[in-house]
Amino acid sequence: MAQAPALPAGFELPLEPRLPRIGSVDAVALEERAASLAKRSIKRESKVFALELAIRTTDLTTLEGADTPGKVAALCSKAMRPDPSDPSIPRCAAICVYPNLVPTARERLEGSGVHVAAVATGFPSGQYPTHIKVADVRSAVELGADEIDMVIDRGAFLSGRYAKVYDEVVRVKEACGDIRLKVILETGELGTYDNVRRATLLAIAGGADFVKTSTGKISPAATLPVALCMLEAIRDVHAETGRRVGFKAAGGIRQAKQAVQHLVLVHETLGAEWLTPELYRLGASSLLNDILMQLRKEKTGVYQGPDYFTLD
Amino acid sequence: MTELDRTGDRSPVPADWTYAPAPESRDIVRLRERYGLFVGGEWLEPSETYETISPASEEPLAIVAQATAEDVDRAVGAAREAFANGWSSLPGSERAKYLFRIARILQERAREFAVLESLNGGKPIKESRDVDLPLAAAHFFYYAGWADKLEYAFPNRRPKPVGVAGQIIPWNFPLLMLAWKIAPALACGNTVVLKPAETTPLTALLFCDVLRQAELPAGVVNIVTGDGRTGAALVEHEGVDKIAFTGSTEVGKAIQRQLAGSGKKLTLELGGKAANIVFDDCALDQAVEGIVNGIYFNQGHVCCAGSRLFVQESICEPVVDKLKRRLETLRVGDPLDKNTDVGAINSAMQLEKIRELVDSGREEGAEIYQPPCRLPEKGYWFAPTVFTNVAQSYRIAQEEIFGPVLSVLTFRTPEEAVEKANNTPYGLSAGVWTEKGSRILWMAQQLRAGVVWANTYNRFDPTSPFGGYKESGFGREGGLHGLEPYLRFDE
Repeated sequence: MAQAPALPAGFELPLEPRLPRIGSVDAVALEERAASLAKRSIKRESKVFALELAIRTTDLTTLEGADTPGKVAALCSKAMRPDPSDPSIPRCAAICVYPNLVPTARERLEGSGVHVAAVATGFPSGQYPTHIKVADVRSAVELGADEIDMVIDRGAFLSGRYAKVYDEVVRVKEACGDIRLKVILETGELGTYDNVRRATLLAIAGGADFVKTSTGKISPAATLPVALCMLEAIRDVHAETGRRVGFKAAGGIRQAKQAVQHLVLVHETLGAEWLTPELYRLGASSLLNDILMQLRKEKTGVYQGPDYFTLD
Repeated sequence: MTELDRTGDRSPVPADWTYAPAPESRDIVRLRERYGLFVGGEWLEPSETYETISPASEEPLAIVAQATAEDVDRAVGAAREAFANGWSSLPGSERAKYLFRIARILQERAREFAVLESLNGGKPIKESRDVDLPLAAAHFFYYAGWADKLEYAFPNRRPKPVGVAGQIIPWNFPLLMLAWKIAPALACGNTVVLKPAETTPLTALLFCDVLRQAELPAGVVNIVTGDGRTGAALVEHEGVDKIAFTGSTEVGKAIQRQLAGSGKKLTLELGGKAANIVFDDCALDQAVEGIVNGIYFNQGHVCCAGSRLFVQESICEPVVDKLKRRLETLRVGDPLDKNTDVGAINSAMQLEKIRELVDSGREEGAEIYQPPCRLPEKGYWFAPTVFTNVAQSYRIAQEEIFGPVLSVLTFRTPEEAVEKANNTPYGLSAGVWTEKGSRILWMAQQLRAGVVWANTYNRFDPTSPFGGYKESGFGREGGLHGLEPYLRFDE
C-alpha cells in the first residue's frame, strides 16, 4: 500500500480525553512483521487449542441475496453443533445474517448461547442517508439481533469528511443501546495502512465495541498486515485509556492455517486476554469445515475426506 | 494449557496460550566425529585438536583441528600452487561456473546448513534459515556474476588477482562471513586460506563438502580451524598476499601493526557501537520493531547492532513502554525451535563479557529492565536487556557489548542526535527512524557510519557495500566495492 497524504488541518479525535496520537504506519515494516508472525509454528496441543478457539470465536456468516430461512436454519444448527459426530467441539460465537433473516436465526438459536449478529447501515456499501442507516439498525434490533455489524461511509472517509463518519458511528451506537456494535472499515477500499489506522481510531472514538476489517464483498479483505495495523491501534487505545476494544477479522479467511495465523497475531500483539469471543471474532463461512477437518486429523492422526463434514 | 469450560455462556479467558515445542529436526545433519584440515582438496590429519560444542546445551559436537604454523604453511602452499597452476589464469566465465554451482548447492542444502549453524553457533533457526543461508547463497550468485565482468567494473585499469588471500572470520555469522570472504576472492581469481572462528568451525567444514560437490579445483579454497594462534600464523605467513579480517577492534589493530611495511593488502571489518535514532514523527510501532531487530537479532552478536538507542525526548516514554512490552513477547530458548526469537550466547567467554558490562551499567546508575523469561539451565544464556537513564559517559554507552543489551539515551534536536551519534570511536552503522524524507537524507550525510539504514535495520544485500569508519575498520565488502580489495591494478 502507498503512503497516505497528510491529514487535513483540524482533524482531531473527539470524545476520549487521551486517545493515542494518530501517527503513521510504515507499510514495509508492518508487512514484514505480519509475515514474520505468520511463520510461527503451532503444533500439537497448542494447535488444538487454537483451532477450538477459532471455532469459539467464529461468526458463522451468510450474506447473500439468495439467503432463505432454510439456509439460515441449517447454518444455525451448524453453529450450535459444528461437528455432530464429536460433541466436544465447541459452538460458534454467533451467526451473521441480513436483518430479514434475524427472526429465523433467533428462533433456531434460542437458549443456545450463540448470538445473532445482523449487518446493517446499508450493508455493504453504506451509501445511504444517515437516517435510513439508523432506521436499519433500529429495525434489526427490534427483529431480535443481539449484535450489529455496521459499515462506515467510505465515500465520506476518503473525501476527508471524517466528522460524518464519526457522527454516524455515534448515532448507530445510540440506536444499538446495550447491544454490541462492530464497525466495519472495509479496509480493502481504504487504500493505505495510514487510512486503516485513522479509520480504526475514528470508529473507536465513535463508540465501537469491535472494529472489523471487511464486509467480505471486497478483496483484499482481512489480510494479516491490515489486522496487525488495527490490533496495534487497539493496543494504543488500551494503553492510553484502559478501554478494551474487540477485533473482528472477516473476509478471505478460508483455511484453518490462516485462522491460526490471525490468532497468533492477536496473541502476540494484544496478549492472551483478547483470546475470547468477548474481544475477538473471525467472520467466515467455509473456514469452519477446514478447522473441523484439521481437528479430526489432530485427534485421529489421519485426514478424512470432505464428505465426512456437513455442507450447510 | 488451561482446560476450558465449554458449557458456560461466557467463555473463560485462557491463562496463556503456550506454543508446543516446534524443533527443526537435527537428523538432516550428519556430523563426523573428527574433522581434519581441508588442504589441497584433501583432509589432513591434524597434530592438535579441540572439541567444539553446542552453546545451547554445552553438548560436544565434534573434534576439530587446532592448526599449527606448519599446517598453515601447508595450506598456504596448496593455495599458492592452485593459484599458479591455473586458477588465476582461468577465464572469468569459467570461475563464475564454479561460483554459481556453489550457490546452487548451498540453496539445495540450505536446511542442513541452517540446522548446523544454529547447533554450533546458538542462533535461532528462523534466522539461520531466513537470513544467513539465503544471503550466503545470494553472495555467491552475485559475485559469480562479476567474475567475467571485472574489466567493465574497473574500465581501463586492467584488474588482476592479488594472489593468496588469508581470511579470518568471526563466530557471529559463520557461514555468511565465509561467503562474504570467499565469493569475491574467487570471483577475482584469487585462492584462499580461510580460518573460521574457534567456536564455530562446523559449517565451514561442511562447506568443504560443497566445494568437492562443485568440483572446485584442489587448493583453491583451504580451510584451517583453530584459535588465535592459527590466525596469527596465517597473518604472519610470507606467502599470503592479502589479509581480510572480521572481528574485534583489538585484534584488528594488532594485525594492522604486524602487517605495516609488509606490502600485504589488508581489509578490516571490526567492532561498532551503532546509534539507532528515533524521531518523534516516526511510525512508532514499526520503529519499536526495528529497535528490537536492531539489537536482539542474533542475540546482539552483530557488529552493526543498534546498541545505542537515541530517542527524541518527547516520545521517550511511549517508545520505552512499547519496547518493554514487546520484550515480554520475545521467546528465548532452544535455537532449533522454529518459534525461538533469541537463542544462546555463543560462548562462555562472551557471556562473561556481557555480564561484566551489564554489571558496570548497573553500578554506574543506569536502570535495568529484563522481561520475565525462563532461561535453560545448561548452556550460555542472557535475557534481553534494556538500560534506561543511560548517560553518554557510561561504559555501556561507549563499549561494544556484543550481546542482547540496549542502552537508551535521549536527544532534543536533530543536531544533537547527530553530535551524540558520531561521538564514538566506532563508525560502522546507524539507523534513522522518521517519516520525513528530507531528514533521512540530511542525517545520512551527517552520520559518520559506513551504513545508514532508514526506517529499517540490519538489512543486508550482496549488492550493497558494507564497512566502517574510524575504529570500525576499512575496506568494503559487498557490491562493486567488495571486488577492489581482491584485485591489483597495473597502471
